Amino acid sequence: MNLTLQKTNGCTVLFIKEERIDAHNSGELKETILRLIEQGEINIIVQLEQVRFIDSSGLGALLSGHKNAAAKSGKLVITNLQQQVLSMFELTRLNRIFEIYADLNEVFDSET
Amino acid sequence: MCNSVIQVEVIIPTQTKYLDLIGSIGEHIAKELDDYSGDREALAYHLNLVLTEATVNAIKHAHFDNPKDTVRISIHIHENELNIKVYDHGQGFDLESVPLPDFEHPQEGGMGIFFIRTLMDSVTYTRQGDCNVLEIIKYLS
Repeated sequence: MNLTLQKTNGCTVLFIKEERIDAHNSGELKETILRLIEQGEINIIVQLEQVRFIDSSGLGALLSGHKNAAAKSGKLVITNLQQQVLSMFELTRLNRIFEIYADLNEVFDSET
Repeated sequence: MCNSVIQVEVIIPTQTKYLDLIGSIGEHIAKELDDYSGDREALAYHLNLVLTEATVNAIKHAHFDNPKDTVRISIHIHENELNIKVYDHGQGFDLESVPLPDFEHPQEGGMGIFFIRTLMDSVTYTRQGDCNVLEIIKYLS
């Protein structure tokens, strides 16, 4: 899976550089997030601007990260969702579980 | 006034790298439908998703000890009925026993069948000869 990592304001920002998250690459996303959490990077922002498609396994990978970050008193939030991707979070009610932000600025503004 | 007949048949190895191909076919079909008055972008996403989930399901239930195992997917549109059939050669599973996701305490798995049931109009899973067939119907009116 194509992604880049960036440390900003004490958070790790994960930029997903794929148009599609499905059962072919979601395992790698899940492992990447788990490894970050194990290394102590418990505040994670997943930036999904380029993602135009996510399936149930992709949602599952993000949910796994959300739970594992929370278990270590950290937080995984998501930003920059395209409309159809957001509608998958709504359909599964995961929009009530995740903190969803318009963009990175909104995340950092919310913390000040 | 109706959509012309479209019939697509694809056979793929039981590998997840082909999901994009299968999903994309659904997306393209949605964009080419002659007389669809609903939200075309949403339908395109939904067909992409449903084909992806149904194919993953078939790959999961396939025989991993047989590298030559395949999944066959057929998409058929006639008048206002879109019919998807996904054939696997595995052990099969009981569709009726798949529970709804627990929305209050969401789990990582189990959302795939929920998507198919929610976004489409009819779903059945039956044994036909030496195959299992997941049949999905969506009315396009």
